[in-house]
Amino acid sequence: MKKTSKKTVKNTVQKKAARRPNPKEWILRLYVAGHSARSAAALRNLQGICDRHLAGRYTIEVIDLLKQPRLARGDQIVALPTLVRRLPPPVKKIIGDLSDEERVLVGLDLRRRPRREGAPA
Amino acid sequence: MPTRSRRRLTPRKRTAPPTLAKVATGIEGFDEITGGGLPQGRPTLICGGPGCGKTLFGLEFLIRGAARGEPGVFVTFEETEEDLVKNVRSLGYDIADLVKRKLLAIEYVRIERSEIEETGEYDLEALFIRLDDALRSIGARRIVLDTIESIFAGLTNSGVLRAELRRLFAWLRERGITTIITGERGVDTLTRQGLEEYVSDCVILLDHRVNDQISTRRLRIVKYRGSSHGTNEYPFLIDRRGMAVLPITSLQLLHTATSERISTGVPWLDEMFGGKGYFRASSVLISGAAGTAKTSIAAHFMDAACRRGERALCFQFEESPAQYTRNMRSIGLDLDGWVRKGMLRIHAARPTLYGLEFHLATMHRDVDEVQPSVVVVDPLSSFTGGTFGEVNSMVMRLIDFLKGRNVTGVFTHLIPGSGPANEVEIGVSSLMDTWLLLRNTPPGQQGGRHLSILKSRGMPHSAETRSFRLTDEGAVVDGELTARPARRMRS
Repeated sequence: MKKTSKKTVKNTVQKKAARRPNPKEWILRLYVAGHSARSAAALRNLQGICDRHLAGRYTIEVIDLLKQPRLARGDQIVALPTLVRRLPPPVKKIIGDLSDEERVLVGLDLRRRPRREGAPA
Repeated sequence: MPTRSRRRLTPRKRTAPPTLAKVATGIEGFDEITGGGLPQGRPTLICGGPGCGKTLFGLEFLIRGAARGEPGVFVTFEETEEDLVKNVRSLGYDIADLVKRKLLAIEYVRIERSEIEETGEYDLEALFIRLDDALRSIGARRIVLDTIESIFAGLTNSGVLRAELRRLFAWLRERGITTIITGERGVDTLTRQGLEEYVSDCVILLDHRVNDQISTRRLRIVKYRGSSHGTNEYPFLIDRRGMAVLPITSLQLLHTATSERISTGVPWLDEMFGGKGYFRASSVLISGAAGTAKTSIAAHFMDAACRRGERALCFQFEESPAQYTRNMRSIGLDLDGWVRKGMLRIHAARPTLYGLEFHLATMHRDVDEVQPSVVVVDPLSSFTGGTFGEVNSMVMRLIDFLKGRNVTGVFTHLIPGSGPANEVEIGVSSLMDTWLLLRNTPPGQQGGRHLSILKSRGMPHSAETRSFRLTDEGAVVDGELTARPARRMRS
């Protein structure tokens, strides 16, 4: 939908993600820095959510910015951890340790944004 | 080793606290008012309203640094790299070239709130990693963060953001990177997010005001820890030659006084000054009502300088150079000829076109270029752009600047109507060493034009009023001087 998001995808295509994806497949990229407790928690939370909601049709790619600092530029990563939904489009970003499952699902467009009146679960 | 420990116990007075190390910004005038530039290896906050020149200040710092072979990183949170390159091209900077030569790195950080969902704990480590990578990629010692407050618009957890900002500045300080952080002015605070709390070393406030449709930019050093600095508001300007700050405090009454005299260009006027004329490097005010030959007397002075083989510079604020030289030809002065020979430069501009500071800076730059021995400002009274105080301060700075360069300055001043001399702004006249008053005889009476010397510091001068005519051979006096000025007169 946004022009810029297309561009960022193009800029950061990686070998891992280069294989032709199944249109129904989800490609998620998790940016972390080293093996901090927060990074580990984020990965654990993400895997749990994916297994429950996207079983069998997702790929998680973990990028350690301490090893590949340049990659932060392409996806405009500022906060860590950041989860980027690369596919399906549009690109979505979810920051934090992903401990709030409801908000992660909203961020991934797997669930509708709760109405203003009702507090998020 | 006992000897070593004993040595350590002795007080080291000699090597004790060195003065704060500073990094020259290369911005004209700024290093002068700060006594050397920005604090080395520490953050400096540049704040001000929109369009006050914050971004440009930061860029200049990096560009001038690059010119000295010191690479820098520009982190932009608002403009893309392409926009930035485009915007500063109009100021004559080719930053794309600096990027190519690895003297400048631009890091565009975009945080789009609508794209981001916050779920749980996070930090800004990725930003640190990016800055670190950018700094390393070119070996930079300077960085500009423009405008880091934007992260508050992109992310919501202000507690985390504040903690991270504090960590960021500490991290930059620890690494000894000289940093400029820009911040938009808040309602009651220097910056919207109170960045001044984090940056305690040096805070500079920029301001852009418009009075009578003339814009004036000002700079003030709010804080400079460990360093003395001027507390004035310093005017600054931005033009195609970049940024320049005009220091008021460079006004020091230190210029040496010469007793050398130079001709006024009018023999009978020289005679009134004991036959010698003005002091070199003095300031001369020629005031009078409209049509009293102020411009002509000033033009004679320039003509005489050119004849002696000295260069002259004329700031003409009422006539175009062509009109001016044509008019002066009618009294037998070939200013065109001097222009062609490169002895005279006429700089003509409408006084209302720019602010006072802009004029002053242009004058500075012209004087530096031409290296004249005499300067004529014709007329001074056309500077009505500012308040009286502003005009006065501009004239004072100009006189000081000229004296500092051993340049004689002649300023004409229009008195409204044919009123008495005391209508001349007292402030301006007190800055002048010599003051000539020109008058016309009221219409219908015999007499013509009259000249008298109201004051001339440090030299005897005639107290007579002499009448003269403008002829095609210049200003010609009627009658003889009755008494030679022998007595020393105090003004």
